Amino acid sequence: MHFLPEEASSFAGHVDALYLFLILVTAFFSLLIGTLVVVFAIKYRRRSPDEIATDVHESGALEIIWTVIPFGLTIVMFLWGASVYFRITRPPTNAIDVYVTAKQWMWKLQHADGHREMNELHVPIGQPVRLTMASEDVIHSFYVPAFRFKRDVVPGRFSVAWFQATKPGKYHLFCAEYCGTRHSNMIGWVYAMTPADYQAWLAGGNPGESLAAAGAKRFVENACNTCHGDVPGARGPSLTGLYGHAVHLSNGQTVIADEAYLRESIVNPQAKLVAGYPTIMPTFQGLIGEEGLLQLIAYIKSLSPPAPAGAAASPAPAPTPERKVSRP
Amino acid sequence: MSTPEPVPAVRPPRLDYLNASYGVRSWLLTSDHKRIAILYLITVTFFFAIGGVAAGLVRLELLTPAGDVFQAETYNKIFTTHGIMMVFFFLIPAIPAVLGNFLVPLMIGAKDLAFPRINLLSWYLLAVGGLTALWALIHGGLDTGWTFYTPYSTVYSNGWVVVTAVGIFIAGFSSILTGLNFIVTLHTMRAPGMTWTRMPLFCWGMYATSIIQILGTPVIAITLLLVGAERLFHLGIFDPAQGGDPVLFQHLFWFYSHPAVYIMILPAMAVISELVTAFSRKPIFGYKFIAGSSIAIAALSFLVWGHHMFVSGQSVYAGLVFSVLSFMVAIPSAIKVFNWTATLYKGSVSYETPLLYALGFIGLFTFGGLTGLFLAALGLDIHVHDTYFIVAHFHYIMVGGTIMAYLGGMHYWWPKISGKLYPEYWSRVSAWVIFIGFNLTFFPQFIVGYLGMPRRYHQYPEEFQVLNVMSTAGASILGIGYLIPLIYFIWSMRYGKDAADNPWGATGLEWQTPSPPPTENFAETPVVSGRPYDYATGREDVALG
Repeated sequence: MHFLPEEASSFAGHVDALYLFLILVTAFFSLLIGTLVVVFAIKYRRRSPDEIATDVHESGALEIIWTVIPFGLTIVMFLWGASVYFRITRPPTNAIDVYVTAKQWMWKLQHADGHREMNELHVPIGQPVRLTMASEDVIHSFYVPAFRFKRDVVPGRFSVAWFQATKPGKYHLFCAEYCGTRHSNMIGWVYAMTPADYQAWLAGGNPGESLAAAGAKRFVENACNTCHGDVPGARGPSLTGLYGHAVHLSNGQTVIADEAYLRESIVNPQAKLVAGYPTIMPTFQGLIGEEGLLQLIAYIKSLSPPAPAGAAASPAPAPTPERKVSRP
Repeated sequence: MSTPEPVPAVRPPRLDYLNASYGVRSWLLTSDHKRIAILYLITVTFFFAIGGVAAGLVRLELLTPAGDVFQAETYNKIFTTHGIMMVFFFLIPAIPAVLGNFLVPLMIGAKDLAFPRINLLSWYLLAVGGLTALWALIHGGLDTGWTFYTPYSTVYSNGWVVVTAVGIFIAGFSSILTGLNFIVTLHTMRAPGMTWTRMPLFCWGMYATSIIQILGTPVIAITLLLVGAERLFHLGIFDPAQGGDPVLFQHLFWFYSHPAVYIMILPAMAVISELVTAFSRKPIFGYKFIAGSSIAIAALSFLVWGHHMFVSGQSVYAGLVFSVLSFMVAIPSAIKVFNWTATLYKGSVSYETPLLYALGFIGLFTFGGLTGLFLAALGLDIHVHDTYFIVAHFHYIMVGGTIMAYLGGMHYWWPKISGKLYPEYWSRVSAWVIFIGFNLTFFPQFIVGYLGMPRRYHQYPEEFQVLNVMSTAGASILGIGYLIPLIYFIWSMRYGKDAADNPWGATGLEWQTPSPPPTENFAETPVVSGRPYDYATGREDVALG
């Protein structure tokens, strides 16, 4: 019987190392307490009914020792856990994009080139994969135990997360957040492949329309282009080169245009209004489905070609502080 | 049931709280804290039985990987019933409402709680709330899990969300009023000489618990009202389709429900402090540290709720703060464990059943607490969150901790409560059966959880079956272990030997009044002149009884 799942991602080893450290600490203290309890209980067992125990009932030194040692140990655990967490939450810039739509009770996964999969995901090893996830109904959670990777997919927002597979194989994909009747059927497989196999897989099958191309169509269908037409004097700001860059808002704040910002600006445009533009855009809440939003965002992202490696393109949307309030 | 037995004329029975009056009415309208404790005992035992049967059905389904015993929807309703019955109607009320009600006035030398009729009202609220929830769970069914996560609970579930929530809402007032009653009682009704630092640690534990009950419970009440409002009137509080925020619900829910864990474990710790001293006949080691750590746990308990949201998209920085605060809770817990262990040192240890439960508690709580560190560690929690690892961890705390302590306390005070002795042999057997069954049930769940099995799964991949079979086997043993005390406690009420006033030779005012106590508790108000747990000096009150 195995005690650890397969280690198949770049952070699996780090998570397991912390796990083993905690197991050692747990084993040590459990054995310590267990042994002391058993030894004391036997050594000081009552030998006659009227026996009187020795009155040992306080020790300032002991209290300090057994406060300070656990304190030090928990700080070590905290720092170690936090460092693993940072490794997991910071997405690298050179990731390939996969768009995930979760709904009761299936996973729909779309590659940027248009390949679509149901409850199956093919990824190359050795390259980061960045998931932009949306839910059409309740909260789900994308969980691949072999990758030690889990992220809730919360409706009404995008959940952006990433992993990097390191070992070819077929791994469980589970929904980890209870989502209703067939929660335990919302499972699938992740296939991690060598880059060559992955290219072969991409070449096979009919990718169909790319997400960005589908988004471009929606852009016209929803008449976005009438205002965001990228011409001088347009009623809305230009979207070219927008993604990943700073936007100055009418309230004096500055935000980075990441997926979350773009999504909010479509469904609730007045929330973060770009400086210098009137409040004329209608809300698209409920008018564009989750997949449509993903397509539109893929399209807007395609208008900002990825910066060459090392350039100033703003990475990391996840931990970026959203508010840089400049007070007058 | 033939002719009523004639009362022996020679020795008229002493009047105690059990025989002071007869009839259903004398119980349902009582304001005696001891009788109300018995009402609670019957009530929470009933809800425990329902929750236990549901747990058995869950384990039955999980014996095989396929979902073959129940439909998925039925399975989801069963684990929801298990969670709601156990958490809200057994674990939260069990020790405070049964043992706390019985013991707090006795331990401080008072005649009753400060508000005896509010105490009775509290019981009615729990009973009505519990029966309402039970009716909703069985008649209508509810499949949200005990956590009611939105928007599933407010928009998508077909279950009886609102009625169940009303039941929990009503029972919440029982918890608030009990906490209020204890706090006022402990402040105003201590016997002469019973200073704060002469109070038994059980009372300190009840005090800390009461603080959480009063401050936390209103939040779950408000949260459930909001769930009802969104479900019935589509107010758009948590539903993102209407501009609500589903994660807001999680913040509100865990703001109560994490402290609620300490409503369950602080009273258990309070019981253990009494048992360890009584059966090692020694003053507690580090009285002030144990008392202070209860208050520290109560305070910290309100600052850690965000560790339930490490993978929900909560900000990284919030995650860091909640992680470090969660680690801090480990320290007062560790202080308690070390002090209990040190109390045994150079004691006069006698292995009666209550001590077996107490030692079992120390082991299981230590292990359960240490596995909590895995979940406070940010990077590790991402993997084990929402898996069986968490299920195993909180069962070590709630079953291995709270229920072990509850049973240990029931055995320790049963002679006082009933005036009868339980059979020693069977009680030791049951303590061992429970300890073994418990570990066999829940230890494998740590492994299957780390392997990746998510919780609340009706069916699961075949590679997890061996560990699940072990768990189900353990649950069967555990179930038998719980039945044995139920049988012999009831048996002892009729056939048990009469208990002496102080069968354990324990200190504490509750042992200096007859077993069972008279309605007014003490013939005259006791005066306290020394420290608690004064065993070692052989003071005269030790020999009483």
